[in-house]
Amino acid sequence: MRFELFGEYFPDLLSGIPMMLQLAGLSLFLGFFLAVLLAVLRTSGIRPLEWFVRGYVYVFRGTPLLVQIFLIYYGTGQFDLIKQSFLWPVLREAYWCAIIALTLNTGAYTSEIIRGGIEAVPWGQVEAAKACGMSAWLRFRRVVFPQAIRQALPGYGNEIILMIKSTSLASTITLLEVTGIARKIISQTYAPLELFVMAGAIYLTIVFTVTRIVDWIENRLSPELAGRRHVEDAEKDLASVH
Amino acid sequence: MVVAPSDPDASAVTGGPMLAVTDLHKRFGNLEVLKGVSLTARQGDVISMIGASGSGKSTFLRCINLLEIPDAGEVRVDGELIGMVPVRGGGMRPADSRQVDRIRSRLGMVFQSFNLWTHMTVLENVIEAPVHVLGVPKREAVERAEALLDKVGIADKRNQYPAHLSGGQQQRCAIARALAMEPQVMLFDEPTSALDPELVGEVLKVMRDLADEGRTMIIVTHEMRFAREVSSEIVFLHQGRIEEQGPPAQVFGSPQSERCRQFLATSQHAAAG
Repeated sequence: MRFELFGEYFPDLLSGIPMMLQLAGLSLFLGFFLAVLLAVLRTSGIRPLEWFVRGYVYVFRGTPLLVQIFLIYYGTGQFDLIKQSFLWPVLREAYWCAIIALTLNTGAYTSEIIRGGIEAVPWGQVEAAKACGMSAWLRFRRVVFPQAIRQALPGYGNEIILMIKSTSLASTITLLEVTGIARKIISQTYAPLELFVMAGAIYLTIVFTVTRIVDWIENRLSPELAGRRHVEDAEKDLASVH
Repeated sequence: MVVAPSDPDASAVTGGPMLAVTDLHKRFGNLEVLKGVSLTARQGDVISMIGASGSGKSTFLRCINLLEIPDAGEVRVDGELIGMVPVRGGGMRPADSRQVDRIRSRLGMVFQSFNLWTHMTVLENVIEAPVHVLGVPKREAVERAEALLDKVGIADKRNQYPAHLSGGQQQRCAIARALAMEPQVMLFDEPTSALDPELVGEVLKVMRDLADEGRTMIIVTHEMRFAREVSSEIVFLHQGRIEEQGPPAQVFGSPQSERCRQFLATSQHAAAG
């Protein structure tokens, strides 16, 4: 182990963090809206839409993300139709190809997480909303969605973590995020161990931070379930003992 | 389209019925649950629907606000006919979902299983629909909600979540939630059936107060004594048809139908035991 390499190259690796966070952040943001749309269509009760979403999810869960990235980055350039279209300025950029692939991929996974949340909302609560005269949109916005999100959050936290790690695949299409920079330096120094240890430590630290943030949001969003309840129950138990 | 008078007291002036249901039919698959049920409620009527499980009384109540879509028949609320259009292969569906939402907002419904929104506090449950459906300013809605919670006796629980309340408290909250819409008719679907016996009384007391205020109420219930004391009319359903109907003294005192007599004998026996 050449310890002097840590001090020398660590700052270079850190400089890849903004790219990593951009890739993860932007595709999670866009993918979330895509996922909500897909989940709504999937639970709409309209057969053709449900089957479309099933097919979409099947394809994006059933193929490796790396293959999806390659198909979008290398594959789209094979069609003159695309090369001549307004999409080309976007699709010829490795950055946007990575964003698109990550977005479509997380959209598929997240839509299933949100669907589970939507289906877990007790039907009686939806009926109560109907009985008050709430429109379908209002029922979704005020009763179904807030509960679906609370339900989905632990699973979604997992998805966020997977996405952060998936950004490393973007290095295969020339993007210089943390893994990409590590590989570049390795090709000059022949020190894979030192550099990948540093890269791994960076992922670990970021994932740890994100996990804490998700836990915090989870507690904030579900005051009816979190801490307080245990405190109150404990107090009740104490009271009944005395 | 029939245009409804928006003034809730209009029908009291014109004397028309607050709720008029005509020849309602409903089937689930091969099972015909309602075989032509009609019912009229005038302002201030308290109508209790009784009958064995499976007699169709809950289904009938749920058809009034279209939680179940009837296959045939008419529902009028304060003179306004709910527009339905036929669907291919039999049955019908609402012509205009906005009309359905509007009619529902004028019918308060209380469910057997409370169905409070668990992610909202008691107060938030009560102000939700007034604010978002009727557009009542939040401060005004809160004021009214607090008065209602006071009325049903759970004002001190207003910042609690439903999970922290007893069944009786949850049901009283659900009643306050329905009342907050200032409905023209209240529909109660076995409101005490999911409660522990010692909690039934507090809910019935609230309902009794509402009846005394002159609210128009349709109640599906197994509480025979309560039905007898509170109702202006009793409807006995049997296998999807009205088998006996009249003032409580008549239905409970001298029922004409043999089935009604049997039903009352067994249920009163059960109540006594």
